[in-house]
Amino acid sequence: MTNISLEKAAIARPGQSLFARFRLRELVLIPVIAVVIVIGSFVSSSFLMPENLLNILQQSSELSILVIAQSLILICGKFDLSLESTVGIAPMFAAWLMISDVSIGGSGIGISGYAGIAVVLATGLLIGLINGLLVVKLRLNAFITTLAMLILLRGITLGITNGQTLFDLPEEFLYLGNAKWLGIPASIWIAGLLFLFFGLMMRYHRIGRAIYAIGGNPEAARVAGIPVERITLGVFIMGSLLASLAGLLLTGRIASVVSSQGQNMIFYVFAASVIGGISLNGGQGRIIGALTGVLLLGLLQNVLTLSQVAAFWIDACYGAIILLALIITRLSGETPRA
Amino acid sequence: MSAVETFAAEAHGINKRFGPIEVLHDVGISIPVGDARALVGRNGAGKSTLVGLLTGLYGANAGEIRLGGRPAPSLGDRQGWRERVACVYQRWMVIPHLTVAENLFLNNQPRNGLGLVDSRRLREESIAVLDDWGLDVAPDLDAWRLTVEQRQIVEIARALLQGSRFIILDEPTAELERREVNRLFERIRGLQEQGVTFLYISHHLEEIYEICRTVTVMRDGRVVADARLDDLPKDRLVAAMVGDFAASGAGRKSGDSASKAQMAPGLDIGGLTLKDSLEDINLSVHCGECVGLAGLAGSGKDKIAEAVAGLLAPDAGTIAIHGTKTPLGDVGAMRAAGVGYVARDRHVSGLFPLMSIGDNLTTTVLPKLGPFGFVSTGRQSDMVDRQIAELGIVATSGSQPIGELSGGNQQKAMVGRALASDPKVLVLAAPTQGVDIASKDALYRIINAARDRGMAVLVVSDDLDELAICDRVEVIFRGRLTRSFARGWNDQDVVAAIEGLY
Repeated sequence: MTNISLEKAAIARPGQSLFARFRLRELVLIPVIAVVIVIGSFVSSSFLMPENLLNILQQSSELSILVIAQSLILICGKFDLSLESTVGIAPMFAAWLMISDVSIGGSGIGISGYAGIAVVLATGLLIGLINGLLVVKLRLNAFITTLAMLILLRGITLGITNGQTLFDLPEEFLYLGNAKWLGIPASIWIAGLLFLFFGLMMRYHRIGRAIYAIGGNPEAARVAGIPVERITLGVFIMGSLLASLAGLLLTGRIASVVSSQGQNMIFYVFAASVIGGISLNGGQGRIIGALTGVLLLGLLQNVLTLSQVAAFWIDACYGAIILLALIITRLSGETPRA
Repeated sequence: MSAVETFAAEAHGINKRFGPIEVLHDVGISIPVGDARALVGRNGAGKSTLVGLLTGLYGANAGEIRLGGRPAPSLGDRQGWRERVACVYQRWMVIPHLTVAENLFLNNQPRNGLGLVDSRRLREESIAVLDDWGLDVAPDLDAWRLTVEQRQIVEIARALLQGSRFIILDEPTAELERREVNRLFERIRGLQEQGVTFLYISHHLEEIYEICRTVTVMRDGRVVADARLDDLPKDRLVAAMVGDFAASGAGRKSGDSASKAQMAPGLDIGGLTLKDSLEDINLSVHCGECVGLAGLAGSGKDKIAEAVAGLLAPDAGTIAIHGTKTPLGDVGAMRAAGVGYVARDRHVSGLFPLMSIGDNLTTTVLPKLGPFGFVSTGRQSDMVDRQIAELGIVATSGSQPIGELSGGNQQKAMVGRALASDPKVLVLAAPTQGVDIASKDALYRIINAARDRGMAVLVVSDDLDELAICDRVEVIFRGRLTRSFARGWNDQDVVAAIEGLY
């Protein structure tokens, strides 16, 4: 053991390359992404046009915020399936409160757009708090708890509007989802800043390090004096808060709230996170890796659409490619550690 | 029953290695049918490994194992092993959410004509078995509701139902009360009369004299004695377990640095009481003193350590650091007060195996490494590099995942984490367990250096080598401090006190 370590030391020490510092795993998808881009440029001449690329990024922005949320929770060793329902219910509830016309499905209360934004975030916070309390305090299994929450919240979303789509929303409420800053959609800026912020937090802040510790070995974290319950609760709240923000951006982009908003997103959230190297067993993975996962999925979706694959076959292709990506990352990545 | 079958279990010339470490050297044991054999030895003597080999958990590197006069089945043949040997472990081996009846006939259920489980017969036969054992539980009871005593009996009954006539009991009385122990012994004696053979492992030597006829003593992976218990009085049994170190303690200690000048209070535990575990524990460790706290598993020694670490709140009592009382049951407050703690099992409650050595070393001091909770990588890696050098951790760099290191280097990092906050009191539970010799010496040096810097050090252990670095040893037995040994103690006396023979 000692000898092997010493040999490794001799090899790895001089000038740690960027590759080595990122531990390979986080960059595994870069070549795959490059291949997809090359294929995309052959498939359609419009693929590399700036508008198309911005379009991909904008369409990925809500998904990517959810991926950040799920990554935090997964690294902490938990699950949250209800994130996608939060994407729907938070803006739906706010829209319902904002619309003063009862005949188009509103509540008749007519709160302002700014108050609406506050309601979105407060709803997310509350859902996260409930999930967190159930999992942390009652020690319910996170998977089944948030699955139940997923169904419940989706049902409430349908219930308050009778399945109607709500539109005619205040300008301020839609602003973040459709504004452009410096020619680039605001949602891209927001998603990018969130990646930067959470990437740095997870890597350089002690709370981030504590989340890794909890996911890696909760008992050891407790012995080391990390407030395991408080941080886990905080992670659930942060996750739902981010999901509600994603819902706000999505609503702004399409200028309405559909009762199915966010539906099925959770599958892609998991796919992107896991392809991006976030371990379902907790304690492992990097936010930057998750970002590459989102980008890969966004590019794939776009290329498949441009390549005029029959619409009914797109999902099948998508699923097959996700499987392939998983196999590639496992084969080229590090061997899983016990 | 042919005439050949005179031994229930035999092992000849067994060698067993785990990785590069040979844990059993040329071990032989022969247990005649109907015998009640005790297997004793200190922790790490190789008892568990031998039991693992006798029950087919793993294979030997050399030597032969025979059960019931025939060669042992291949490792994959679980049914073959089950029919010939059964082991009742300390940990639960019943399936908690199956009923008692289902547990009794696990994988051995009576079937009906269709090959399905015949639940009526299952129930009836279970009732018969339970009556036979005088066990007053319903067959439909979920097994997790059983008491420890009932659970053990269900396990023994199951073993006999599966045809095994050779039963290994691994510390069966550790969690039992005296009355329950007596009942268990009566049942064991009853089975002995029916010709069932027992191999009995226990740290409680007085029990061995009560129900065993013969004894095998192991030490450092060898069998050092094989005798009838009638011929081996307790003091000679202890001597065989401990070996030739007649009077050591001080003798093995390197450098006599008991600077009696520093008698400032370091750690003071007063009247510590915890229901069913600790009774009025009073213990002081001065600054610059290293005290060993010795006791069997379950004696309460670990509870004391956990209380000092803030992991559990005692029912009564006080803990003071440098004369200042601390709030109890709060890990953060204890660390702030100056306690560094190394938990017993680094895999369970110490390591973050996927995280880097640096992160593992600095887990508790991150707030000191940068503003607003941000960790300055420069300051972190400076600190980590310094610690790696000081502790002598062999690794490629501070960013290597700690899971890739050897046990000794992992343990150095665990001690390093405790020292990182520059504590006033250092509490270590079995700090050199499962660690190679070279790392052991390194760990002893690290601990000695901490003591010499004026820390109050408490080593919680029943390992004589670990206790040898201590200035004083306090022995705890069943929740009470029973004896205190000053430097220059006799190892045999310490062991006898640990085992409760005083």
